[in-house]
Amino acid sequence: MRTFNGRVVANGTVSAEALVSHGGLNTLASFQKALQFGDKSATCGDQNNPDLYGKKMAGKALCLPRTIGSTTGGLVLYCACAMHRQPACLLFSEPIDSLAAAGAILQDIWLDQEKMPVIDSLGEEFLAYVKDGMKITVKENGVVEVESDK
Amino acid sequence: MKLTEEQQAILDGKEGETLAKVMETLVRYGELFGADRMVPVTSEYNHLVTSFGLKALTPVYDLMDRLIETSAYSKQKFSLDPRPLDPKVPANFLQNIVFDHFMYTKQDEYEAQLKKLGTMDDDAYTCTCYMEEVGNVPKKGDILSWSESSAVVYANSVLGARCNRNSGIIDLMGSVVGFVPEFGLLKDEGRKATWIVEVKTTKKPEAQLLGSAIGMKVMEDVPYIVGLDKWLGQLDDAAKTYLKDFGAATASNGAVGLYHVEGITPEAAESGRELLADDVKTYVIDDAELERVYKSYPVIWKKKDAKPKLCFMGCPHMSFEQLTTWTLRVEEALKKNGNRKVVVPTVFTAAPGVIKRFEQTEYAERLKKTGIILSYICPLMYMNNPLSASMPVITSSNKLRTYTSARYYTDDEILAQITGGVQS
Repeated sequence: MRTFNGRVVANGTVSAEALVSHGGLNTLASFQKALQFGDKSATCGDQNNPDLYGKKMAGKALCLPRTIGSTTGGLVLYCACAMHRQPACLLFSEPIDSLAAAGAILQDIWLDQEKMPVIDSLGEEFLAYVKDGMKITVKENGVVEVESDK
Repeated sequence: MKLTEEQQAILDGKEGETLAKVMETLVRYGELFGADRMVPVTSEYNHLVTSFGLKALTPVYDLMDRLIETSAYSKQKFSLDPRPLDPKVPANFLQNIVFDHFMYTKQDEYEAQLKKLGTMDDDAYTCTCYMEEVGNVPKKGDILSWSESSAVVYANSVLGARCNRNSGIIDLMGSVVGFVPEFGLLKDEGRKATWIVEVKTTKKPEAQLLGSAIGMKVMEDVPYIVGLDKWLGQLDDAAKTYLKDFGAATASNGAVGLYHVEGITPEAAESGRELLADDVKTYVIDDAELERVYKSYPVIWKKKDAKPKLCFMGCPHMSFEQLTTWTLRVEEALKKNGNRKVVVPTVFTAAPGVIKRFEQTEYAERLKKTGIILSYICPLMYMNNPLSASMPVITSSNKLRTYTSARYYTDDEILAQITGGVQS
């Protein structure tokens, strides 16, 4: 098991299986199907993201460098959360970008339901180490534990 | 973050719970990026990215209802991104059912909601709100709370206004309280360039390709571009159109919010290389580099050699200058290729105000005769569903290529394809 330390963007603790994107997550392209066509497992629809395309994102510990794409990004994340189709948590290796930050804060402040923990600045090593299926535990204060045993 | 008395009072709930939450959202947003104060929004108008009444965005409309119920209206009127539907744009039976009954069922309801919150007018639906014909043109140094990546990068770079790459909803919240957190592109140090891009091409580079190359290289950094002034001359209508398309590509293929073009854009013309940060990286772009970038785009059509069923030009919306120039180019190419009308159904998109101005000229009738459809639609929203995504659509927009299955071609290649010239 390895432990990584990041910065808390949105509070909360959770355990979930890792799903890793080495490229930026195009939020609109990735969640479009989940939001528009009733796909509750939030299958990633971004054909330009070979790591995630076709994989179910809901309930996973989504590990990524940053989000990219349309400035609808924040509200798309907010809607995914409101519709209970969000990842279990978002774990960024880089400092968070303004679009993901908006989504993280909006869901934390404006939704009266279970929150999605968001941690950033976990470092390049985090993204190099974590693999799909590894067990992730998000603890208090930005501590993220990664277990290699599936 | 240090707040003024007025801001602290809002945060403490003196003006109600809803406004307190709006302020909390903005304060937390700013704190993540090291903002130490909130500054007043000074532009006359705002610009919002969410113009589409998508059923899927119901939670956003619920949130807006909460703002309306407590009279938390925008302090500024605003323009918005283009409407997602226009009956003039070709769609098959199935697409129309999907658009009208599944996707955009909330359009009328949402537009009514936006009107209450502060829409400029019924024609304010365009991603190119900064066109004179639309009237949302910020002044140099204005502080904005805009979203829409292509509009933000234009306002920062070509107009010298100051705006971060805000998300939808955050954009509106800035003008509801009238303040935005000061960080990033709002500050002098955030506007310094960390890349110097040397353009060394043998001809004027395609705006959409140059923007794509720079966006993919520098991502969210600020580039200072040298060698482009020789191709642009001065900041006239043609150069502004070029920079509109170039900027949209930098913002969508990367995440650029501001660029400087030596001798052309206002801050570069004023301060020159003083805008360079201490430690700059260099990126040289020649003909071979542009070719490499062009060849790197994946073609995600199911049938790679399919005959195009539709062509979109105008993401972001075309300028008046572009509409007139392209009318002439299409006429000439059709004549050369022995055709009377375009051979691929083609849609040119522009702001409602630009279309109105264009329709008062002789070119409108001439464009119509070529068979090209002129629309205010958002091509991106048209394409964003599985039915349209499976259609072979071609475009000269690198933004549309990035977000959808549309295939990118250069302007000359698009012209040849739609007028029945040599296929690429």
